[in-house]
Amino acid sequence: MAQSKNKRTFKEGSFLEIFRYKDLLYQLVARDIKLKYRRSFLGYLWSVLNPLLIMIIMSVVFSFLFQRGIENFPIYLLAGRTVFECMKTATNRALNSITDNTSLLKKTYVSKFMFPLAKITAAMVDFVFSLGALIIVMAIFSIKDGISMFSFLNLGFVLVVAEVYLFSMGLGFFLAQLNVFFRDIKYIYNAFTTMWMYCSAIFYDVGMFYEKAEKQSTPYALYLAKIIEYFNPIYIYMKQFRYFVWTPGLEYGIPSWAQITGLDFLLGFAYAVLALAVGIFFFKRSQDKFILYI
Amino acid sequence: MDENMKNSSCTENVGEEYIVDVEHLTIRFNKSTEKINDLKEYFIKLVKRQLMFQEFIALDDVTLKIRKGEAWALIGTNGSGKSTLLKAISKILKPYKGTVTVNGTIASLIELGAGIDPKLTARENIYLNGCLLGHSKKFIDEKFDDIVEFSELEDFLDSPVKNFSSGMKSRLGFSVATMMQPDVLIVDEVLSVGDVLFKKKCVNKMKDMLSSGTTLLFVSHNMSTVKSMCTHGIWLDKGKIVMSGDIEEVADTYLAQIEERKAQQKKAKDKSKTEPSKEQPKK
Repeated sequence: MAQSKNKRTFKEGSFLEIFRYKDLLYQLVARDIKLKYRRSFLGYLWSVLNPLLIMIIMSVVFSFLFQRGIENFPIYLLAGRTVFECMKTATNRALNSITDNTSLLKKTYVSKFMFPLAKITAAMVDFVFSLGALIIVMAIFSIKDGISMFSFLNLGFVLVVAEVYLFSMGLGFFLAQLNVFFRDIKYIYNAFTTMWMYCSAIFYDVGMFYEKAEKQSTPYALYLAKIIEYFNPIYIYMKQFRYFVWTPGLEYGIPSWAQITGLDFLLGFAYAVLALAVGIFFFKRSQDKFILYI
Repeated sequence: MDENMKNSSCTENVGEEYIVDVEHLTIRFNKSTEKINDLKEYFIKLVKRQLMFQEFIALDDVTLKIRKGEAWALIGTNGSGKSTLLKAISKILKPYKGTVTVNGTIASLIELGAGIDPKLTARENIYLNGCLLGHSKKFIDEKFDDIVEFSELEDFLDSPVKNFSSGMKSRLGFSVATMMQPDVLIVDEVLSVGDVLFKKKCVNKMKDMLSSGTTLLFVSHNMSTVKSMCTHGIWLDKGKIVMSGDIEEVADTYLAQIEERKAQQKKAKDKSKTEPSKEQPKK
């Protein structure tokens, strides 16, 4: 009886209701992780191998393309790409989460926030697993240069995970509810993420734009750089992540791509909270209509 | 929205003694000829001005008050709104007008094993399903042995559910759904699968729950089961209540009307058979 009293403290349909279902969250996330790695011998290996292979390909390609190299390009690339891929897979899976659970939503009452939330949480766990690739590359560089790249400062990445988690949640909730009404949103979102990737300085350095602006004496490149630096949350998270990966390399002298200030954290968390608020607002507004469209 | 507020304020003073209190419930669907569910179609229809809303009232001003411990049967032909009413009571559908108040926990067996994931094992599914019904892991740990025993799946606990027969799946679903003592149990024709022995076991389980104070809402087309299980009945037709009250009375009137309709249909059929020549020249 005490249990049922406890349950009533969360209003039906509100976001906070997820706390009533925290055991369900664990079960759903565990299901996703288990199913991904169960019965496939190379299961975990793939989530490490895949980013490694892509890193090697891109490192080779871009060191030919760009004249002005970025110091330790493989680490730069891998760190940025890991953050972007994490957000991308999290939101993509969240997008389909409501429409994939049609039969369930028609037959039982569950807080509908649970489905996108579980998918995003599972993607975050995957993200942490895939850090293995980064650790391998960092170890190789440590051995090569004779300077250890590992220190306690690396653990600051937890902050980045928190920001990306909140941000993906907000975006994921928004996309999940939109996809119920407009099933072609996933194609639009796919094109959008491709554009977003090129705007996120994964394989180039924003510093390039500043140089270009100086050379050509046109301010457009400068505007572009400012937009990426201040209005692209993913770039902000990437920058922080690179800082935490790279700090022990301070002994090399900090390259420009690893300089961050307090403003980056402020902006990062502000964007995350803003996204979450917007996502919850739209999801809550339309969740009662889901049943009529699924 | 305003109407909702008004209704809820009305019900507050009398609502307490009923465990399920449905007041002037109306549920509306959009019965559009084709569903628009992508952006491209939406814009095309918007430009062509074909965005229509065709209203379909699935439940019309239904009022139902159920006291604790009563067993209600929902009777009616297909499409009369029985399942819609059950879904509204179990919070799956939101009312368009009116209110639904349930003072207690609900276990709804609208479809057995709705949340069963075929790729997971039976053991994992028990936990997943239990959590979907809102239980904590600790609670499921406590009840785990009971569930397994009732479902008779001891030997298959660690094999994936995709290898199960449909009867085994519904056994699993029923066992998980009824493991806690809910205040309200909602059963929607789920017992049509499974063998006779298990069906009997389920009926007994429901009777046990009834005698220990659970309120039952039951949909079935089988009048003899309905009469043996339920104390009250409500007869729905096209979203409206035709009759409600004592089960014997409601069931008998319903059966009588069904017989009448059958006779009418037969008559109409005979008529069309005997007069085919009249219709043909028209074409």
